[in-house]
Amino acid sequence: MTLQHLPALQVVVPLLAAPLCALLRRPTLAWAWATLVSWAALVIAALILTQVLTTGPISYWIGNWQPPWGIEYRIDTISAFMLVLVTGIGAVVMPYARVSLAAELPADRLPWYYTMYLLCLAGLLGMTVTGDAFNVFVFMEIASLSSYVLIAMGPSRRALMAAYQYLILGTIGATFYIIGVGFLYLMTGTLNIADLAERLPLVENQRPIIVGLAFIAVGLSLKFALFPLHFWLPGAYAYAPSAAAAFMAATATKVAVYLLLRFFFTVFGEAYPLPDMAIPVIWIGLSVAGMILASVMAIYQDDVKRMLALSSVAQIGYITLGIGLDSEVGLTGSVVHLFNHGITKGALFLLVGGIALTTGTVTIASLSGIARRMPLTMAGIVIAGMSLIGIPGTAGFVSKWYLILGAIEEGWWWLAAVIVASSLLAVVYMGRILEAAYLRPAPPGQEAREMPLSMLIPAWILVIGCVWFGLDTDLTADIAGRAAHALLGRAP
Amino acid sequence: MDIVIAQFSNTVTVILMVLGLYVVLARGNLIKKLIGLSIFQTSVYLLYVGPGKIIGGTAPIIAEGFDVYSNPLPHVLMLTAIVVGVATLALGLAITVRIHEAYGTIEEDEILKKDGDA
Amino acid sequence: MHRESIPRVVTKLLFPFLLLFALYVQFHGELGAGGGFQAGVIVAATLILFGLIFGLRAAHLVAPPWIIETMIPLGVLIYGGVGVAGLLAGGNFLDYFVLDHDPVHGQERGIFWVEAGVLITVSSTMVAIYYAFAGRGR
Repeated sequence: MTLQHLPALQVVVPLLAAPLCALLRRPTLAWAWATLVSWAALVIAALILTQVLTTGPISYWIGNWQPPWGIEYRIDTISAFMLVLVTGIGAVVMPYARVSLAAELPADRLPWYYTMYLLCLAGLLGMTVTGDAFNVFVFMEIASLSSYVLIAMGPSRRALMAAYQYLILGTIGATFYIIGVGFLYLMTGTLNIADLAERLPLVENQRPIIVGLAFIAVGLSLKFALFPLHFWLPGAYAYAPSAAAAFMAATATKVAVYLLLRFFFTVFGEAYPLPDMAIPVIWIGLSVAGMILASVMAIYQDDVKRMLALSSVAQIGYITLGIGLDSEVGLTGSVVHLFNHGITKGALFLLVGGIALTTGTVTIASLSGIARRMPLTMAGIVIAGMSLIGIPGTAGFVSKWYLILGAIEEGWWWLAAVIVASSLLAVVYMGRILEAAYLRPAPPGQEAREMPLSMLIPAWILVIGCVWFGLDTDLTADIAGRAAHALLGRAP
Repeated sequence: MDIVIAQFSNTVTVILMVLGLYVVLARGNLIKKLIGLSIFQTSVYLLYVGPGKIIGGTAPIIAEGFDVYSNPLPHVLMLTAIVVGVATLALGLAITVRIHEAYGTIEEDEILKKDGDA
Repeated sequence: MHRESIPRVVTKLLFPFLLLFALYVQFHGELGAGGGFQAGVIVAATLILFGLIFGLRAAHLVAPPWIIETMIPLGVLIYGGVGVAGLLAGGNFLDYFVLDHDPVHGQERGIFWVEAGVLITVSSTMVAIYYAFAGRGR
């Protein structure tokens, strides 16, 4: 009986846990509760994934109202995969959060932090499971509003300005999305995603549909920081509390990309193949620009968190590149990279957050000789950094391999060369961190110590994940391949 | 000119939309930016609600003597969007108050100067 | 003798009627225009009017901040609780049809509690926003 209600429970458990968390008022209690809920959400997501892999997509009618009139929760392979990523990152970050946040925030704000975190989790999960285009907007705003608060809680006053900028751009993005959905609704009279896909081809006047698609694409691109629309991202991730930065860097942008895949392929895929709309040209151009330029900007950053955030913008470029390729191999690369980059960047932000615990802000200069003081942390950064670059044997290699294969399949050798070149830029900026940490002498009087085990173990779980999913591609690449296949809906 | 009159509701929508977005981008004052953002969001309410109304239509309750009904769904959707808009505005204002306390100004360029970014 | 005695007296006179009107809007919500959102805003407006006229300290005595801060999550929990009740009664999440012996009564009962949750959260959120802004900068 409960199995059948899993799609609702996935969202409802964190959503109702959030107000309860606000009532608890004691930092430790609230933390324990939020951790428990995060792990429960992971269990639910794992159950859903196994169910979807064995029996196919699940549909759940909220309030027992039949779709397309009622809101439908619809979970297929890719959404189940995203659920596991989001809840998995949440479950790993929460044990880390207690010590890290206690050092960064005043004690009376901690219960509110956990409340906002649970709301953000519920919003992200809701965006993934729902099959209703307007419901997506509601969950998107739940996730966004709570993440603005999470960022504004950051320890320095710059966090406020970062949160404000994210609020303005994030709201514009969400409003663009809702304008686009409005056009589709006006032309088809439905908001259900599956129903939209069926009705779009029947519409006579095509122009509003195209305009709607453009609004949705730009709005979502703002949300996941596609290259020229990325200005909110470096500040937001650099000044947020470390645990929040790790959670959002690994999940928030990924869910927005997932929505874009949903609209490009599920809703528009059959009636409007992307090449007909000249989308691949624009998309690949912006992706390549992001991969190269954001990486170059990352090289010139002194603040390590800003560097990692700009590197996220570059990595988003890889993901959108796979979308632009519009082939099964390319799309598999995109979906795998969603997952692999999530755990890689999550690991890096957690580890750098550990350094920030003792040194305050983390600049290249403050890293001098820190490898001797924090050998385990730096070893983790080395491995996760290798995954970011895409060295064989790490998770990052798998996804870049698929993307290069996809590019070669199209006969675009130059694109394969660009992917390799961008990886070399990643070598440069990660190299700056490693050079400072391993080769420079430690300044006298440096007090850095290894971070506590409660922070080190979660970070290392993700680091081990980077290697594990690089060697054993059954889970990630296999599921991503199935998801890509289903999205394209073409014969094998 | 004819098209402006025929599409009056849509014209107003577009004007509000562009106006709001322009204010957000062109003004450096954090409060003015939020005002622009609110105008921008308001245009969306009009985008949905305008076409949902049928002239001469009534509320969709089955009753003797009425057979033209307006679509209630856009109103429900926009009620949600209004709540979201209010929440966003409240949060934006709250952050602006905190920024004012931290920096002593709400002009974007002055704030960036104080942090040494500009 | 206060300078602003007319607003003070008018506020005191209006206070119960405003709250009564809020309750009317609340319980009329199923039959006509009204419901939890509107009623919640009227309740909040009443308290904010009281705060504006008699000062923040007096408002804190009428509606202590800790009660307001408890009401915000409480209303959400009532709303969500209705959904969970639907689950426990054997239906889907937010299924009102199974809440009573027949679907129509079930709908009515479900909507009643959902509106109650909305009233509590909306009114307390509005007041909390007012408290948060009014309490600053002094």
